[in-house]
Amino acid sequence: MKKIIFAVAFLIFASFLLVSAINMRTFGDPAISDMDDYFIENAQKETGANNVVTSIVFDYRGFDTLGEATVLFTAVVGIVALFRGVKK
Amino acid sequence: MKGMSKIVKTVANFVYGFIIIFGFYIIVHGHLTPGGGFQGGAVVASAFALALVSYGSVNSQKFLKKDIFSLFESFGLTLFIVLAFSGLGITFFYNFLANSGNWFGDAAVIGTNPGNMNTGGLIPLMNIAVGLEVLSALGVIVLVMAKGAEFTRKKENS
Amino acid sequence: MIDNLPYIAVAIFIGLGIYTLMYKKNLIKIAIGICLIENGVNLFLITLGYRKGAVAPIYTMAPSGQSMVLPTPQALTLTSIVIGIATTALILSVVMMIYKHYGTLDTDEIRRLRG
Repeated sequence: MKKIIFAVAFLIFASFLLVSAINMRTFGDPAISDMDDYFIENAQKETGANNVVTSIVFDYRGFDTLGEATVLFTAVVGIVALFRGVKK
Repeated sequence: MKGMSKIVKTVANFVYGFIIIFGFYIIVHGHLTPGGGFQGGAVVASAFALALVSYGSVNSQKFLKKDIFSLFESFGLTLFIVLAFSGLGITFFYNFLANSGNWFGDAAVIGTNPGNMNTGGLIPLMNIAVGLEVLSALGVIVLVMAKGAEFTRKKENS
Repeated sequence: MIDNLPYIAVAIFIGLGIYTLMYKKNLIKIAIGICLIENGVNLFLITLGYRKGAVAPIYTMAPSGQSMVLPTPQALTLTSIVIGIATTALILSVVMMIYKHYGTLDTDEIRRLRG
C-alpha cells in the first residue's frame, strides 16, 4: 500500500517538472533586464574594475558576501565541535 | 590511512609549488580576469588535499597543523569586517579608494582595454581577505574529517 | 521543444535527486541525492540569464561591438555554491558519527535499534 502511494506521488511530481520545463520561455531571451543594463553600462566608471561580476559581488551587493562568509565560518565551528571527543 | 608509493610522492613534491602559485594568481587578479576570492581559495585548498592523500594522515600532521589554519581563518574574516566598516562616513560598504589616486585608485579606461592592475579600489583587498578565509576553512575541514575517519574505522579491526 | 534543452536537463537533475531521496536506504546515497538537488538549482540559476550570441561580462580584451550576458545570476550562484559546500560537509560529519555509534548505515536497522 505504501509503495503505491510513493509511486503515484513521484509520477505526479515528475510530470509537473517535465511539463513546466517544456513550456518555459525560449532559451536566450530574458524578459526584463533593466537592472543588468545599468550594471553593464556604469560598473567601470563607478568602481574602476574591469570584471562586472566581481564588482557586483563585492561592491554593489557586498552584504550578501558578508552573510556567506559567516555561514562558512559557522559550518567549520560546527564540524570542529562534532569531532571534539576524538583522542588519538 | 597509509601513504602511497614513492612515484606518487615524487611527482606530488614537484607539483605543489605550481598549484599554490596558480591559486594565488587567481585570487590577486580578481578584478581583471574571471576568478576572485572564492575560486582561488578552493584551488589552493586542493593542494593541501593532495598532501594529505599522498603522505598519509599520520605522517602529514608533522607539517600541516590545525592551529595555524584556524588562526588564519579568523584573521581573514576579521580583516573583511574591518574593511567593510572603514567607509562608514558615508555608508556601510562604501568604496572610498576607487578613482581617487591613492593606493589602488587609477581610473579605468572605458571600453575594452588590456587591464591595469592599479585600478579597483577596495576590491583587491577584499579579494585577498576572502581568499585567505576560504583557503583555511577548507583546509580545516579536510584535516578534521581525515582524523575523524581514522577514529570511526578502528572499531572493526578488533 | 529541442530549444529548451537546458531546462529539460535541470528537470532531470531534480527528478533524479528526489528519486534517490525517496527510494534508497543507504545514508551515503541519501547525502548524494541532496547534493544532486543543489547542483540542479545552481544550473537553473545560470541558464536564466543568457542572451543569444553574447560574450562574458568582462571588459579585459573583450571583442568589441557585442552584447554581454546578464551578470547578476552569476553573482547569486557563487554564494549558493559555497553554501552547498558547508551543508554537504556537515551532513557527512553527522553520518560518520552515526556509523561510529550504531555500527551500521542502513536506515531500517537504525530505526529498529531505537532505545
